[in-house]
Amino acid sequence: MSRHELDARRMLCPMPVIKTQNKIKELAVGDILDVICTDPGALSDIPTWSRINGHEVIETAEKEGEIIITLEVKA
Amino acid sequence: MTQQHKAIALISGGLDSMLAVRVLQEQGVEVEGINFYTGFCVEGHTHAIRNQDKEKQKRNNALWVAEQLGIKLHIVDVIQEYKDVLLNPKHGYGANMNPCLDCKIFMVNKAVQWVKDNQKDGFDFIITGEVVGQRPMSQRKQTMPIVAEESGADDILLRPLCAKNLPETKPEIEGWVDREKLHDFSGRSRKPQMALAEKYGFTDYASPAGGCCFLTDKNYSDKLVDLWEGRGSREYEMDDIMLLKVGRHLRPKGSYKLIIARDAGESQHLEGYRKQYSSIQAISHNGPLALIDGDIADKDRAHAASIVARYGQGRDADEVEMTVTIPGQTTETLKITPLSSDQVLEEWHV
Repeated sequence: MSRHELDARRMLCPMPVIKTQNKIKELAVGDILDVICTDPGALSDIPTWSRINGHEVIETAEKEGEIIITLEVKA
Repeated sequence: MTQQHKAIALISGGLDSMLAVRVLQEQGVEVEGINFYTGFCVEGHTHAIRNQDKEKQKRNNALWVAEQLGIKLHIVDVIQEYKDVLLNPKHGYGANMNPCLDCKIFMVNKAVQWVKDNQKDGFDFIITGEVVGQRPMSQRKQTMPIVAEESGADDILLRPLCAKNLPETKPEIEGWVDREKLHDFSGRSRKPQMALAEKYGFTDYASPAGGCCFLTDKNYSDKLVDLWEGRGSREYEMDDIMLLKVGRHLRPKGSYKLIIARDAGESQHLEGYRKQYSSIQAISHNGPLALIDGDIADKDRAHAASIVARYGQGRDADEVEMTVTIPGQTTETLKITPLSSDQVLEEWHV
C-alpha cells in the first residue's frame, strides 16, 4: 500500500474526476490517493464516481479554499 | 437470450441516453457508460461560479445518470481531439457554432475505438439515446445512417428509442436484443420520453434548453467567433473556452478584450488566471476583477481601466484608483474617471 497525491487545483469538473479516474488506473488495490482540488463540484462528483466504480472515499476535508478528497483504491 | 451481451452506451447526462440504457437493461443486457468531455459540455459547476447560482445543486449529470442506472461510467477527455471537429466540420455547423453531425460521428467513432481497445471487457455493441427527427442536424432520418457509416460502427450501433424506425442492426438480427421491445419514437415531441421516464420512475433528470453543449448557444458561439477574429486565428485552448463562460466580455479595440467579473464569485474565479493574464482592478473602491485577453498598448491602459471602473462601486466618483497588472512586470496604479454608461459603447459588448 502506498500513498499518492493528485493536484487538481483550478480544474473545473469534470476534469478533477477524469484526472482521478486516470490516476487510479495506475495504482494498486489498497493504495491511497489524496486529490487536492478547488472546484466545490468535486465534493459531489468524485464520491459519485467512486461509488459507481467501486472505490471508497475515506475522508474529505476543506482547508483554506482547498478541498482534499482521500480515496482508497478497491479491486 | 442464453448468453448475456454487453453494450457501451454514450451517456450525455440527459434523459434520452438514460432511457436507452434502461430499455436494454430490461432485456438483460449489461451496459457500461462512456461520456466524452469536449470542454463545451454544459456543466452546472461552471454556472455555479456566479454568486446567484451558488445554491444550485452541484452535480455532474452523466455521473448522476450512471448512478441512477447502476452502471459504470468512463469519462474521456477529448478536448484536444475535438478541436478538429469544431474547426473543420465536414458536415458544417448548425444554427450556431455547433457541428452536431460531425460531433456525433466523432463520439460514436470514439466508442468504436473504446470497444476495440477494451476487447477484454467484451463489448458487443454501442447504444445511443438518439431519436429520429429529434434534432434538426444530427438526428434526422437521412443523417442517422451517416453516423453509423462514417463512425465505423455500422451495424453494431443500436438506438433503442427509435430502433423500430430504422433498419435492423446486428444486435437485433443476432437476437441479442428483442426488436419488438425497442421503441419507435420520432420527432421533436418529448412526450414519449417523459412517459417512459415516468414508467421507469426517473425524476429530477436534467433537461437543459439547447441540449448539453455550449456551442448550440448563440451568445457563446458569438464570443467564440469574436475570440478567433480578435486573434486572427481559429485556435483555442482550454482556458479560452472556460473563460467564454465567465464574465462580461467587452472588446473596445480589436487587439484586446476585457473579461469583467459580474459578481464576487466570478472575481474569485478570475483570480486564478492572474498569473497568465494581465488584469485590472479598483483599489480605492470595491469593484470587479477584469482580465485583459490580447495585447493592450500602454496608451490604452487608462481607457481600459475607466471601462472596468464603470462596473464598480466607484462608477459615479470623479476619480477612481485602479491597478493594472501585467504578469512579470510591476503593477501600475492609475487614477482615472469611470466612463459613464453612454460612453460604454454597445458595439464593444461581445
